Order: sequence, then structure tokens, then C-alpha cells
Amino acid sequence: MNKQAPASAKTASFDRLNRDWYIDKIVQTLVFIGGISAIIFIIGIFVFITKEGMGFLIGDFSFKEFFFSPNWRPTSENKATYGILALIAGTASVTGLAMLVAIPFSLGTAIFIAEFATGKTREFLKITVELLAAIPSVVWGFIGLAIMNPLIIDIFHVPVGLNVLNAGIILGLMAAPIMTSIAEDALKAVPDRYREAAEALGATRWQVIYKVVLPAAKNGLLGAVLLGVGRGFGETMAVLMATGHSINIPGSVFDSVRALTATIAAELGETAVGSPHYKALFTIGIALFLITFIINLIADLVVRGVKKG
Amino acid sequence: MFEATEINRKNLTRQKLFRLLLGGMTASLILPVALIMGTLIIKGAPVISFDFLFTSPTNGMTEGGIFPALLGTILLVLVALLASVPLGVAAAIYLSEYAPDNWFTRAINLAIINLAGVPSIVHALFGLGAFVLFFRFGTSILAASLTLAVMTLPVVIVATRESLQAVPMAFREACWNMGATRWQTIRRIVLPNAVTGILTGVILEVSRTAGETAPIMFTGAVFFLPFLPQGVFDQTMALSLHLFVVSTQVPEMPEAVPYGVALVLIGMVLLMNSASIALRMYLRGKKKW
Repeated sequence: MNKQAPASAKTASFDRLNRDWYIDKIVQTLVFIGGISAIIFIIGIFVFITKEGMGFLIGDFSFKEFFFSPNWRPTSENKATYGILALIAGTASVTGLAMLVAIPFSLGTAIFIAEFATGKTREFLKITVELLAAIPSVVWGFIGLAIMNPLIIDIFHVPVGLNVLNAGIILGLMAAPIMTSIAEDALKAVPDRYREAAEALGATRWQVIYKVVLPAAKNGLLGAVLLGVGRGFGETMAVLMATGHSINIPGSVFDSVRALTATIAAELGETAVGSPHYKALFTIGIALFLITFIINLIADLVVRGVKKG
Repeated sequence: MFEATEINRKNLTRQKLFRLLLGGMTASLILPVALIMGTLIIKGAPVISFDFLFTSPTNGMTEGGIFPALLGTILLVLVALLASVPLGVAAAIYLSEYAPDNWFTRAINLAIINLAGVPSIVHALFGLGAFVLFFRFGTSILAASLTLAVMTLPVVIVATRESLQAVPMAFREACWNMGATRWQTIRRIVLPNAVTGILTGVILEVSRTAGETAPIMFTGAVFFLPFLPQGVFDQTMALSLHLFVVSTQVPEMPEAVPYGVALVLIGMVLLMNSASIALRMYLRGKKKW
């Protein structure tokens, strides 16, 4: 018996029921809390904006008016109307034009960087793209206001340079670097043996890209485009400053418009907490949250699809 | 010797053509922005002086400097970092060292992607609803910083997770075989090897936080304050919002002032990003495994 006592003490420490064991358990719990914080915040965002916007949804909300009326007149004295059709048109026209610019150029740039550029050129281009992606949106808005505005007036002889064209170009330049980075990652994820096999068959660089790399990276590239769309859709400051901010269903790229995000940014400061106007702005927020959530979800599924295959 | 056939020549010509086209696209994406930056520097640089950086705006913001805005941005960033770095690093440690590969971990990853993808103005609404109203922080540095922290959390998580995962598995296994607990392994082996990588993520977050405008508009940043903030429950001015204000809200603003503010903001952000990139390249060069 006496002999075995030390042995059992040793077993106890092997079972790790000592200080280190407890610290390990505590840390595990702590990092788990960190891990679930992202989920908590996403749910929190949804809960809190729904809580603030709820009164409008169950009270003054009319589905038909909200989505199909172009009249956003929240401060009208006799009858306030809350139609976001014109705002949706504003967001859609600006995002659409931005994507028209950004998609071909960012995919082209990504292909050039990943497949053609080598050594120092490649490193330089990658760093440049990364730095471009870091320019804050309010700076882009200022560029739209101070540089693009007079430029558009001069070139096209239009009275106002703050319009769909201006915001579309600004947003396109903004979204392109991010899309380029993601698209380049997708191209880099294509295994080199695919390229080698094609080259061994005598294919030129371009044939390798067009016939082998692009089909293999298809989903990743689509994911990049979707994330770019989500980004353009949710952009606030640049759109607020460069669109001209007038409620309009645009007939041409030279019309001023107003975006969903910009409406919240411009009006929330002037509304009383709990007023119908305030709640209506939060309801726009709910719509924005849900749409970007769905875009991100689809992008994630699409990208994961390629990883499995 | 092989003689190039008609088809070979055609294919090679096409390759050259596309190379030129794609290179041209790359250039036309970068050159306009380079020109714009040049314009910002030419028009903004004359305004920037010691006085511009370190005095308060006067005469309806048309004269004087940007010191309160600069200080406000620094305060907002510091408080945001205090909240998001510990949380983000903990999340990354969980995802890299503990998380099993199951639906729950996938849900966390999806939440992180969404947190990064939710429009900044929706984060502003969340900050207003949660921190300003529900937790009764009022419009304050604390509320604005927490909003920014939630928004930029994914930046820290993603960068930290990547640098943790870059530490070879064999390092951990060797440590476990010595009888170390998971946490001892993380603290003594994994974190020291990943710390520079985490730092690049933190610097990126600083840059991102400093440039954001929409999330702080209704949660703590104001257009103008005649005095400096005294604590985290005070409101503050901020550089990004200041650029918005001086370029849209102030009539008879001298043209050069917003250029100066834009230049300071963009200089700050790009400096941070360059530092992060430089650190990453230094790290890559130094890597032992």
C-alpha cells in the first residue's frame, strides 16, 4: 500500500486534474465565446434593427406603397408617404453601372496579375491593388464631388455632374480592387498541374487560361462578382456624395438619383427617435441587411461549390 | 527544328493580343486612380502644415486646423481596438485551434463573412439601436468605437486565423508530446510564432477603422465641437466625418481645405496599409519553415 501511494499521486497528475488543466478548460470556454461572438453580433444586428423598425412594419407599413410607390415624402405635412421604389431604382442604376465598369476590368486585371505578370511586376501590381482597396469611401465621395463633377460637366456639357454616371464610375473604381483580389485568389487556387498538363499538350498561355484555368475557377470568379455587387449595393458615403441625392427614377446616366443607403445616412440625423420616419428608415435598414445577407450566402455557397469539386 | 505552323502563329498572335488587352485593362484600372491621387496631393499639400494638423478649426471651419478631428479619430480607433482585438484573437484561436469541422463552425464562418458584408450604414443603425439607445451609452466615443469594433472584427479574425494556421502542425504535436496542455501549446508555441502575422491584421484594422464614416455618424461623431473630448462618454469630431462636413455642409469653404483633409486621411490609411504589407513581406523573408 505504502509503495503505491506515490504512484497514484502521479496518476492524478496524469489525469491532469491540476491547475493547468483548469486553466486549459477556462481558456477553451473563453475562446469559444470569442468564436460565437460573430454569430451573436449578426443576430444582434438583425434583432436591434428589427426592434427599432418594427413599429413601422406592424403600423403604417403598406407593402404595396413601400415597394411600389416612387414617392418618398417622409416629412410631408398633410400625408407622409414612404415609397422606396425610386430609391431602389437609384441604388440599382448606380450599382448596375458600377458593375458594368468593374466586372470586366477587375476580372481582366486579375487574369493579368495571376497568369501573365511575373516577378516584380506582379508584386507591384498586387500591392497597388491592395492599396487601392484601402481608400476610404468618404474619400471616394469627395473625389466624385470635387474631381469627377467638374470633369463630367466639362466633357458632356450637362448642367449637373453629380449623377448616375459619376457615382457609377466612383463605385466601379471602388469595387474593382476588392473584386480583383478575390478573383486573383480564385485563379491561384487552380492547381498548377492543370496548367502544366495543358502546356504539355502544346497550348499557348491564352489557350491555357481560356480553356483550362477560367472553367476551373468559374465559381470563385462568380463569388468575386457577387461580393462586388454586395459591396456596391451597401456602399453609403461615396454614393451619398456623388449621386446628387435627388429622388428620381433615372431616365439616363446624367440624371441625379438617390440610393437606399444614402437616404438613411442623410435623414436619420434629423428624425426623432421612435417617429414613423425614423422607423421607416430602420425598415430600409432591414431590407438592406436581408439583401446583403442573401448575396453573401449565395456567394459563399458558390465558392464552396468549387472547393468541394 | 520545329517549324511554326500557320495555327501556331495564329495562336501566338492571339496570346499576344490578349496579353496586351488584359495589361491595358490593368493599366486603365490603376492609372486613373494614380492621376486622382496626384491631383489630391497637388491641391492638398499646400494646405498641410504644422498648424493645420495641430490647431482647432476656426471661423465656421473655413480656417484653422483639424486637430480635434485627428485626435477624435485616434481615440475612436484606440477604443475600438481595445474591444475588437481581444475578441477577434480569441475567435481566431477558437477557429484555428479548437473548432471541429462541423455545421456550427461553418455557421461561424458564414457569420464572419456576413459581418464584413453588411453595409456600413446598417452597422450604424445597429450601433444606434444597441449601444446608443439600448445600453444607454448615448452618442459617445464608446458607442461609436464599439460599432466600429463590431464592423471591423472580421479583419482581425481572418488575419489572425491565417497566421495561426500558418504555424506548422508539427510544432504543436511536438509540444503536446511533451505533456503540455492545449493552452500551454498555444501560449508558448503557436502565438509567439504567429504574433507578427496578427500584428499585420491589427494594423489593417486600424486603417479600416480610421476611414469609416457612416457607422460613426449617429453613434458618437459630430460635425463640430468647440472643445476636445474628456472621456469615452463624450462626443467627438472625426477625420472622416470632417471630410464629409467640409466638402458638403459648409458654404464658402475655401477649395483647398477639403483637399488637405482628404490628403491627411488618405495618407494615414495608406501609411498603415503599407506598414502592414511591409511587415508581411519581412515576415515572409524571415520564415524558417
